This record gives sequence, C-alpha cells and structure tokens, in this order.
Amino acid sequence: MKSTPQAPLAISSHLETIDGNEAAAYVAYRVNEVCSIYPITPSSTMAELADQWASEGKKNIWGEIPDVVEMQSEGGAAGTVHGSLQGGSLTTTFTASQGLLLMIPNMYRIAGELTSCVIHVAARSLATQGLSIFGDHQDVMAARSTGFAQLCSGSVQEAHDLALVAQAATLECRLPFIHFFDGFRTSHEVSKVDIISDENIREMIDEDLVIAHRRRGLNPDNPFIRGTAQNPDVAFQSREVASIFYQRCPAIVEKAMEKFGMLTGRNYRLFEYFGSKNADRVIILMGSGADTARETCEYLNAKGENVGVVQVHLYRPFSAERLLQAIPKTATKIAVLDRTKEPGAMGEPLYADVVNAYFESGSPIMPRILSGRYGLCSKEFDPGMVKAVFDELAKENPKNHFTIGITDDIMGLSLDFDHEFDIESPDVHRAIFYGLGADGTVGANKNTIKIIGEDPTLFAQGYFLYDSKKSGSQTVSHLRFGPRQIRSAYLIKNAQFVACHQFNFVERTDVLHPAQKGGTFLLNSHYPADQVWDHLPKIMQEQIVNKKLRFFVIDASSVARHAGMGNRTNTIMQTCFFAISGVLPRDQAIERIKYSIKKTYGKKGEEVVRKNFDAVDHTIANLIEVKVPKTATGTAELIKPVAGNVPDFVKRITSRIIAGEGDRIPLSDIPIDGTYPSATSRWEKRNIADFIPLWDSELCIQCGNCSFVCPHGVIRTRLFDKELLSGAPESFQAAPIEAKGFPSTLYTLQVYAEDCTGCSLCFEACPVRDRVQPGKRAINLIQKTDAIIEASRERTTFFEALPVNNRSSIDFSTVRGTQFLEPLFEFSGACAGCGETPYLKLISQLFGDRMIVANATGCSSIYGANLPTTPWSVNSEGRGPAWSNSLFEDNAEFGLGMRISSDRHRKTAGKLAQELASEIGEDLVDDLLNATQITESQIRLQRARVDALKAKIQDLNSPAAKMLRVVADSFVRRSVWIVGGDGWAYDIGSGGLDHVLSTGRNVNILVMDTEVYSNTGGQASKSTPLAAVAKFANGGKQINKKDLALQAISYGNVYVARVALGANPQQTLTAFREAEAYNGPSLILAYSHCIAHGINMEKGLEQQQLAVHSGYWPLLRYNPEVRQSDENPFVLDSARPSLKFKDFSDNELRFRMLKQTNPQQVDQMMQSAQTSIEQRFRLYEEMAKGK
Amino acid sequence: MELKTKYLGLDLEHPIVASPSPVSHNFDGVRHLEDAGAAAIVLFSLFEEQIRFESESYAYFDHMSSNTFAESLSFFPKMEDFKAGPDDYLELIRRSVRACTVPIIASLNATSPEGWDDYARQIEQAGAAALELNAYYIPDFDQTSQQVEQRYVDMVSIVRKAVSIPIAVKLCPYFSSMGEIAHRLVAAGANGLVLFNRLYQPDFDLDEHEVHAALELSNPTEIRLPLLWIANLYGHLPCSMAGTTGVHKGTDAAKYILAGADVAMTTSSLLKNGVNHLGTILDDFKEWGDKHSYESVNQMRGAMSKRHVIDPAAFDRANYVKVLQSYLPKRDLHVRTGRWDPI
Repeated sequence: MKSTPQAPLAISSHLETIDGNEAAAYVAYRVNEVCSIYPITPSSTMAELADQWASEGKKNIWGEIPDVVEMQSEGGAAGTVHGSLQGGSLTTTFTASQGLLLMIPNMYRIAGELTSCVIHVAARSLATQGLSIFGDHQDVMAARSTGFAQLCSGSVQEAHDLALVAQAATLECRLPFIHFFDGFRTSHEVSKVDIISDENIREMIDEDLVIAHRRRGLNPDNPFIRGTAQNPDVAFQSREVASIFYQRCPAIVEKAMEKFGMLTGRNYRLFEYFGSKNADRVIILMGSGADTARETCEYLNAKGENVGVVQVHLYRPFSAERLLQAIPKTATKIAVLDRTKEPGAMGEPLYADVVNAYFESGSPIMPRILSGRYGLCSKEFDPGMVKAVFDELAKENPKNHFTIGITDDIMGLSLDFDHEFDIESPDVHRAIFYGLGADGTVGANKNTIKIIGEDPTLFAQGYFLYDSKKSGSQTVSHLRFGPRQIRSAYLIKNAQFVACHQFNFVERTDVLHPAQKGGTFLLNSHYPADQVWDHLPKIMQEQIVNKKLRFFVIDASSVARHAGMGNRTNTIMQTCFFAISGVLPRDQAIERIKYSIKKTYGKKGEEVVRKNFDAVDHTIANLIEVKVPKTATGTAELIKPVAGNVPDFVKRITSRIIAGEGDRIPLSDIPIDGTYPSATSRWEKRNIADFIPLWDSELCIQCGNCSFVCPHGVIRTRLFDKELLSGAPESFQAAPIEAKGFPSTLYTLQVYAEDCTGCSLCFEACPVRDRVQPGKRAINLIQKTDAIIEASRERTTFFEALPVNNRSSIDFSTVRGTQFLEPLFEFSGACAGCGETPYLKLISQLFGDRMIVANATGCSSIYGANLPTTPWSVNSEGRGPAWSNSLFEDNAEFGLGMRISSDRHRKTAGKLAQELASEIGEDLVDDLLNATQITESQIRLQRARVDALKAKIQDLNSPAAKMLRVVADSFVRRSVWIVGGDGWAYDIGSGGLDHVLSTGRNVNILVMDTEVYSNTGGQASKSTPLAAVAKFANGGKQINKKDLALQAISYGNVYVARVALGANPQQTLTAFREAEAYNGPSLILAYSHCIAHGINMEKGLEQQQLAVHSGYWPLLRYNPEVRQSDENPFVLDSARPSLKFKDFSDNELRFRMLKQTNPQQVDQMMQSAQTSIEQRFRLYEEMAKGK
Repeated sequence: MELKTKYLGLDLEHPIVASPSPVSHNFDGVRHLEDAGAAAIVLFSLFEEQIRFESESYAYFDHMSSNTFAESLSFFPKMEDFKAGPDDYLELIRRSVRACTVPIIASLNATSPEGWDDYARQIEQAGAAALELNAYYIPDFDQTSQQVEQRYVDMVSIVRKAVSIPIAVKLCPYFSSMGEIAHRLVAAGANGLVLFNRLYQPDFDLDEHEVHAALELSNPTEIRLPLLWIANLYGHLPCSMAGTTGVHKGTDAAKYILAGADVAMTTSSLLKNGVNHLGTILDDFKEWGDKHSYESVNQMRGAMSKRHVIDPAAFDRANYVKVLQSYLPKRDLHVRTGRWDPI
C-alpha cells in the first residue's frame, strides 16, 4: 500500500465497513485456537467479538471454533494464555492499559520461553495523576522490555493487515508479538476495510510452523521441564542465548510483509517513508498520527516545502539499519514524536532509539534530532500541529523535548500551532452530527457509513466523541466520505454539513463553529420553520448569516411519535442527511436506508420495519428549509456552563472544561497532582430532564421514600420554623410536620429540577395514592417548561437559605429521618434511575462528614470523579467525603491502607495528646481518647472536644503541638468505605477483598452489585446469575453466581448484609448503620438494578422487590456482635419466596434473551435457576434457625 | 363404550383433548400430554402481540443503551440471528408432529390481517394437523357490534384462504347473537367452534391502587356457560364443537359430549392435578358412559342438547325465573327460536 502496489495473487477479498477492533479481532480469531479474555476499554470489543463469534459457531481457518474463556483479570487471562501456549495451542488475548500492565509478569515468561503468540492491544494511557480511558502508547511502552516484539498499526486497514503479519512472523521467529494500534482513534474509528480472504490468511500461516509450535507443547508422552529456577552459573547465559532470535526477527517480519503484499497488493515495510526524496526535515512517529503527518507532509510539499515522514511499524526489535535506510540522507533535522511520557528520562523511548540508531551507526551524517510528545490520552493531533513541528524544525534553534497540542506556560516546552489550519480536500464530504447518547445519532451514523461504504466508488470514515456523563450525554459524530481512502485521523474542523439532533444543544454549544462557508445546517426543532429563527442564540444566527449556510429544520420527535417510534429520531435524521447532503442521489439513498432498515430489523419483526419505513416516508414532507434573514436579529447569549456564585476554581477551570474548552487550558491552571475540589456537580445545571417531579404538599405523608431512593440527590427536605416562611416565593410549598407536639414546625420538599434526570423513581417509590385519581401521588412527573424551571430556581434559592437541620436531632434509624440529612453525593452523571447511586448517597448522608472513600475503577469511579465535575460534595460546615481511586484490582487493599493510615494518625494524636496533657487538660485528653463514638450526638460531642483541643494548642509551638494540630481531626471516628462493583469484588479484586476481610480491620465494604461489568458494557462477572445472558455469556451464564455473603460469613468476624434498597429501605438503612458501627470488617452486598439488565429503568425499584420476593435476592444480615449475647448472628430478613423466579426474570431482557441465544437449554436453565433459589433459601432458613 | 370420535375431521381415539396451556410450551410437555393419554393436543397460543413486544423491546433496549458512552457502546451481545418471529413455535410443531401419534393442533392469536395470514401459513407448513384461532379482541368505543363481528368473520376468511388444514375458532361468549355469528364464522370457513375462551380479566390491587393481571384456573361451575351454548348450537351448524373450560372430572367431559360437543378440552385440572390427571378424566368418562349404557361417544353426543332434551326451554329462561311446567305443547317451543328452527 505504501510502496509500489502489486497485483494480488490469491482470491480477491471483499470490502466491509468496520472499526479497528473488529479489523484486528477478525484476523486474530481466524488464526488462533484459544482466546483468553477480559474486558478493558478500549479493547473490550475485540474480546466481545471473539466470544460472540464462538457462540455463533464461527470457525477459524482450521475449521474449528476457538475456545474463548473469560478470566477474572488480565493477570488471569495472561496466565491462561501462557498455559495454553505451553500446551501447544495457538493462543491470543486482547487488552489495553492497566490490563497490559497486569500481563507483564507472564509476558516476560512467554517471551523468555520463545513462545509464538500475538497479543492485540488497543493502546491506551495509564492511570497516573488520574485515569484516562483514551489512547496513547504509555501501555505498550511500559511493556517494551518484556521481550515481546511490537508491531504498530496506524489505521483500521493496517490493524487488520498487520494482525496477520504479526501472526505469521511470530510463528517463524518464535518471538511473541504485541500488535497494537491507537485506542479509540483506530480501535473505534469506523472505516472501509479490504477484508483478507481466508485463503490468503491460510497462505500466510505456515502449517509446518504451526505444527512446530504444537510440538513444543507439554506432552507427557514426550516429557520435559520448562520454567526452571536457575542459579547464577547459567541464568545469565540463558538470558542471552535467545538474542539471535531478536536479531533475526526484523527480517522475518519484513519477509511476512512482502508475502502479504504479494497476496493482497498492500505492501508494508518496517519503517515507511513518505514525502520528498530529499527532504531536509523529517518527522518520525508511529500509530494513527502517521497518517495525519503523511497527509500534511504531502500538502506542505505541494506548497513547496521539502519534508518527509517516517512511520514506524516494527518498534521492537528495533532495526536501526532499516530506520536509517528509510530516512533520506538529506535530512538535517528530525523530530521524533512519542505518544507517551517517561518522566525523568532523557527523552521518550522512540526518540532515544532513533538517537541511538544514528549514534551507533557511526554515520558521518548526524542530523539534529529533537524529541516531542503529542497526543497523550487521545489529545487531538491534527495537521496544524504537524505543520508546527515542521516549522519548528525549520528554526535555527528549535526546541527540544517539546510538546505539541497543549499550552505549557510553566516549562515553555509547547509549540504554538494554528488551530484553524486546514488541509482537507474539497472532494471529501465532511459532516458533523451533534446528538444525545440515547437518541441513536451515533448508531444512525454508523449505519450511514455502511450505506455509503457499500458504494464501490466511495470511501467512508466515522469517528465518534462521547462526553463524560452516562445520562443526558452528548455525542459528536465526525463523518467523511470521499473518492479515495481517507487518511485523516483527526477531527473535522470545516464541515459542509452540520446537524444538531437536539434543540437544546444550540442554546449551550456553538455547534456551528465547524460549519464551512456555504454549508448546510440541519436542526431538529420543535419550533416550526417560520418561528425557529427567533429562538436561536445570537451567535448561531450570526454564523448562519455570515457563513451563508442553508438552514433546514424538522420536528423529528413529532415525526417519530407519529410513526410509533417514541423518541427514536435516528432514522428520521439520517434520512434528512441523505435528502439534503447530496452524498448520494436522494432516491437511491432512501432506497438504501430502507434496505438497511430491513436488513437490521427484518428479523426483529415486520412491525419494527414498518414503523421505520413510515418514519422515512414522512421525513421528506416534514423537512423544511428556513428562510434565513439577511442579518442576525437575536440577542440571546449561549447559556453559561456554570451557574451561580461559583468558586474560583470552578470559574477558571471547571467551567471551561464543561464548555468544551479544556484543550486550551494551560498547564499553570491544571492541578499538579490530580487533586480537584469536591462539590462541583452542583454548579453544572444540566437541565437534561424532559419531565420533572412536582411535589404535592397536601397529599404528602412526609415518609421520605422519594428522597431516599432518588439516585441523583435532587429531592431535599427540611424542617423549619414557620416564621421563616416569610419572603418565600409564591410557588414554595410547605406543610405542617406530620408529628404531634411541633405546632410551629413546617416540612418542605424541594426538587432541584435543573439537576434532575427525570428518572421517576421518586414517583414509583411514593406510597400515597390520591383517593380520586389513584394514578396521582404525592410526587408526580410533569413536563418541564421554562416557567417551571424559573420557579424551581426561586424555590431552590429560598430553600437553601433555610437552616440545615441539626444532625444530632435527626432520627438516623428511620428512612423518614434520613431525608433530613444533607446528601453529600449529589447530581452525578450516572444513568437516569441508576440503581447504585442511592446507596452512595445514603452513606454520604449517614457518615459523609467523617468518611473516606476508596473507590474501585468502574461505573462508580466514572460517575463519581470523571471530570469536569464530581458529585462528592460537602456539607454546610465544609466537611464531606474524602474520595480517591487507585485501580480496579486493588481497591480493597487501597481502602485498607486508608484505614491503617487513619488509625495511625489516631494513635499519633493520642500519643501527642497524652504528652501535652498538662497543657490540654487531663479530662479532655481522657475524653478524647476514650469517649464512645457511635451515635451522631456522641460524634458531635467528640467534634466539640477536638475544637476545644485545637483551641488549647493553637498557640503552642512545641513540635508535638505542631504535629498534633495536623492529626487532631483523627480523634473523630473515621468511617472508611471501600466501594465498587461486582467486577471488582467478585472477580479482579476478589483476592484482595478476601484478604482485607481476613485482617479484621474496621473497614466498610460496599459492593454495588449489578451482576455484570456495567461500565465496560455488560460483560459477565462471577456475580452474573445462572441463565442471564451477558457479553462473554452469550448462551446464558452456565453456573450460579458466587455467594459472596456466605464466603464472608465463613470468617465469623465479618459483618455481612445483603440489601436491596428498592425492596426494603429500612433493612438497608439498618444494615448500613450496623455495618458502620461494627468495629471490624463489614461487607454489604447491595442489589443495584442497571441499564445492563435490559429493564425499564423506571421500574428498577419494582424489579428489586420482585428480586427479593421471588427469593432471587434474599435479604440477610450477619452481625458477629450478636454472638456476644449468645444469639444467632444470622438474620434472614426476607420472608419465604412468594413469587417464582420467572415473575422477576420475565421483566429483564438479560433473562429473556436466553430464549434467543440458547433455545435448546432455556427451559432447563431457567428451571435450574428456580431450583437453586429454593435450595439457597432453605439453606438460609436453616442458618437462621436457633442460636 | 366406543370412545372414538371425530373433531375437525380428525379421527381421535377418544374425546379428551389437551387445550392450550403452559404444559405445551416445550416439547417434553407435549410428549407428557400424549403419554398421559390426550387424544389430541392443542399447543399453547402463538401471540403476534408477544412477538411484536419481544422484537420491539429488544430494539428499544438495543437502541437506548447503544452508543451512549465511550466505554460501553452496547450492553448486550449482538444477536445476528435474533428470532423474534414464530421460529421456536414452528419448531415445536415440527418436533411434536414428528414425535407424537396424536394430532397436534396449533393455536394462534394474531392482531393484524397480515399476522393471521402469515403465521397461519407457517403453522400449516410446519405440519400442524389443524389450527385453532384464539380470537380475542377488545374493540374501541367507536366500533359497532357489526364491525366487531365482521372482524372475526374476516379473520376466518383470511385464514381459510391461507391454509387448507381444518380451522377452529375459539370464541368469547359475549356476542349479542351467538347463533348468528357462529353461522357466519362457519360460512366463512371455520371447521369447528371452541366454546369458550376464558378472557383475560384483570384484578385490582387495593393496596397499590393498581390493576393487576390475574388468571385463575377454571372451576367446574364455569362449565355452564359453554354447556348452554353447545347444547343450543348442536345440530344447527355443519361444524365440530369443542367444550372447554371447567373440565375437571370425567363427568364434566360427559356433560360437554351430552350437550353436543365432539371433544372436551381441559387445562386447569391438569395444572392443578398434574398432567396424568388427563388419564383419570378419561377413565371416569368411560366409566360413566359404561355405567349409563352408552355404546359410543357418537351415541352420547347431543343427547342433552336443546334438540333432544325433554324441556328445551330450560336453556332459554331468562335468569332464574321459576317455571314449574310449561303450558305449551313441546312442538311449539321451537317456534320462538326463529332461524334456529330444527334442521
């Protein structure tokens, strides 16, 4: 492909529009016998596809279905890979980032034993000051010393092709390979790919080498030992003996590339050179950035520059010889761009290798070589940046160790670049679509790419951006279509077509910034064409006028409703695009859309097809071009990203991130160590709900259920004296407290409408039924309007001015009481109606002001701390949960460390206080050290003592006093909470969790059990129940979920509870309080309904009830303290099942799908599930009997 | 007593037939019904609405949860060969027909003309011996009774055109003029009538103030309504009749045959007592027939129909009006029945 194309020899292949993950997995699946998998972003899709294909019976090139096995972690996956390889099977795995790090120990082994295999990596950054799921080369660079060869692909096509080259080469050279490509930019880019035929795949794989690999496997008929322990006498030699294999490897890879070129016509080299033959300046890089650099290089050379680009494919073993052959001798300046950072090193790895290559070559020509970092964590790398690097090289004294793409105003290392520099070809059609996660925009665009990709004369590319929220998230799709292969691995800056699928986006975002002059703008608008103009912000109007845009509107929601498609507007907006973009003739396009609908939905039923057809047919008639005035007439500004009197940090930084300007924040504004302020979600008024709750104070019985279950902390209540009512807004509601003896106390409930997601769990939880209209409750969902929002704002302002209720006078033991506790977990970006967040909110209410949280990576760490904002908040005194995340696998240990550290401080404080007792006062010291701190009033007393202590020592200058001032707060009992999901607790962190329980230390472990890896998209965990369908369990989970409660109970000294807030909130509350009060380890397993269950999330609480009443999720508590009073510590809080498992499972797609995916076994598995529920319940009943 | 009978033109060893129930949801259940002695098995109903619901719910969840967040572009395995159609049902027919010696009768509840046509064809192709149309329709307020009736007639016409296997219509009991609609259905092509469909009748949850689905098993007293109409219709229609609902004992089955049914269908008793109870019903039925000196089921059929009972007016009385003895001669009693005069 890069050098002279040669005619393919074998049978021609076919074109498909797929993403990079599928491109690599397609080959990996066909050339392996075993896939050992574990999900991690952005590589999960590869594993999912392998599992899916296996379950569908797809075969590899030997006519066999590969064995696909999910492990408990990447470490486990690597171990299995190693074992399977030692068994002589062709084995692969797919991973990224931390996953690759967990594989490293085995990788050293696999490489040391010269074992042929390929690990496919969607390269991703590593967690350092923060976690990033996005792409760079930090992970593969961390693995570069393992002895694995490293082959890098820069595009979707390359990910497909080089996956095969790697497999062919590994078999011949015996070195294992990491085949990697850029996470997201390549792994998730959808592109038209020339699929390698199975014949060509077979041609590339030498059967003799496969046999040789198999023969090297362990075999008791031909026994040997491998993996010895070696002494100093031979270990060094053993390490060196394989060096010859590394020397041979580049030539073998080259040979495989040549053979591949002969077969397919796509030719690769170890180092590809593009550009002027006598270039004076050259950029060297690898990965997707190479295509961007190449495109820019061609553009600049056409403008008279003299530059070139070297793309590195084989990074390890590094062939200095081939590198130097690739670089023109005329090059005087070279910039080596690394997509990684090695703090403290002389330069990043690729740079060091290039420098060394020149140094060791003894070449008389020694160009000036500069190091640069780019694109970390998927930072955009575009032609403007490439040009800036070439421009820098042209300078007499260019910067070394520069960065490109950011503004470094501390070290001054960054290069300036032209943000608007554009090299796009006019014959490439570029379109940008703004959508809502749930409106199907991305799905429709992927479909559009497929439709256009089917045209043999057109190439297509799609890349998609998602925001940090799981509810109300915005997506931006970047689509290109053109007459030749598209190499633009960067976002579109000038689009001929911009579509905004949600009207409210135009009120907040300058969606037309990337619109090209003379382009087209399509807006989904509930305002008709003759009125919409007046509802646009001024900046929008100006751009439409100034850029002379054609402006179309459609009320897609209305068309969708009429077609019976609910809120699914995707097909309608897709039809609009084809109707007005001109990418394909309109009739042809519509015909293809319908064909695609039939293909997609045909098997899902005629009705679905018909509705989509109706939607398509009605679209054109409702698509109207707006008559654009000659000038902008509006005055409205874009809604500001944050509202209210915001703190300085939020104003300077958070607001810019929310506004999409994070790329331009300079280093000096970025926290140096990943520390960010709490309580920032409250400033981000997202207004994402169409329907919001309205409280009816007359019907309300003040039970607090709605507030208790609210996943987003938007329902707040307070008790206040009626005298404070003066000055309340007209719409402010309050009612006399439902309790005798408080004649002047009023109760109020406030809905933070701008923060609400409209999930309606409050409505579902309300026990009140209006006598006349049973459908009406004390809290009801109403359609949101501007007037309602304005009134809500007024009420909220008044409400917040009311005094916060005194914690020591609140009854913590009742659900009703908890509603008056400030939630210190509020307005998260979790899915609307999330089943996890009510638990977090509850612990924040109960213990938040003295709580430290260790949060496992997963959903809860994402909605808990994905920038720009965090829902972890502070109370009116400025106290609140102190939160941190380490990794996915180590969370229990991480939290234990926090406990130990906290106890250490407490001990230190005690020791210092005793030393200073004469100055502090013996009695106070005695109380500080020995006071009981169980109830809130006791905690308040202790806080008062600490205040007194601080007052006494504030003027003391002794070292002991100075130190005591720092640790004095630790006298107040710290509540350490270790929280995470089942993927962590049951699988990857299982060993650590078990060990932490065994230590007896006072930690509280909350497992929010969704019974599936929710954050990475629904892969099975050991918590996934029997008969549930999940990714990696396509045919339904074959065995029961692990009974983690019983496992923990077996220790005897662990407090254990299984709770379901939706089924029994009081039991949940009791369990939380008991667990926290227990002076030892506690484990709470909290049923968390989830979008991954395939349920109507409005019915999440109802599902919890069904789960409990069917015996599927029996509630229990095991309190070791009870044993001291000679009672049975095991309490079964659930009554004997009154429903069948089916009554619960029939409402969930995860169980219903079993009929589809495993019709032969569905009845037997469902029966087994029922039987096991009954058996477990009998066991629990036995345990609950007697003392 | 000779037990052999005919239903929908099918030769049956006896008149006790298993009506649609959860038992026939799978192949093992079907085999169990045959082993228990069912003369024919009517499979559980294929509901077009259920198929639609399944496909639409999958499409909904697939749509709602896809491509919303960078780490989770979907939440469920892709199902390339998602089967929202009747494939499983058709496979059950095929397997049952292959494995059973008794006739396998399919049951269909469609909601659209296309559904009736399409699914009926597929059911015939799968090998069903006959098709029972599980017709149930709640009309809108602006529909007249004529329109509703015509809908049923059209349904039969559509299916009649689509298939050549016998078709039976399982009716609800709430037609203004049962005899008239029965005639029209038969004229449209129905080979048999099944009396009656036990309609979905929701219950109230008084705690939650909500309407709940609640399907109770039938009890023996429910036999009376179908008994009334079978006895009334017997001899007036050139078609088979099946009595269903309330068959818990052999004597219940005997009542239906005496009223004029060709077969008696049972479900609730099997769910209550186990599938093998079907054999008990059959034994009791035979014992009763033998005890009462019936030589055959054919002889028994219709013996207590309106045509044959001593006091036909007993079928016609409004409510529980006490009539000690009619003053009219027996022959005059037929006059009031209009077009249902004896054939």
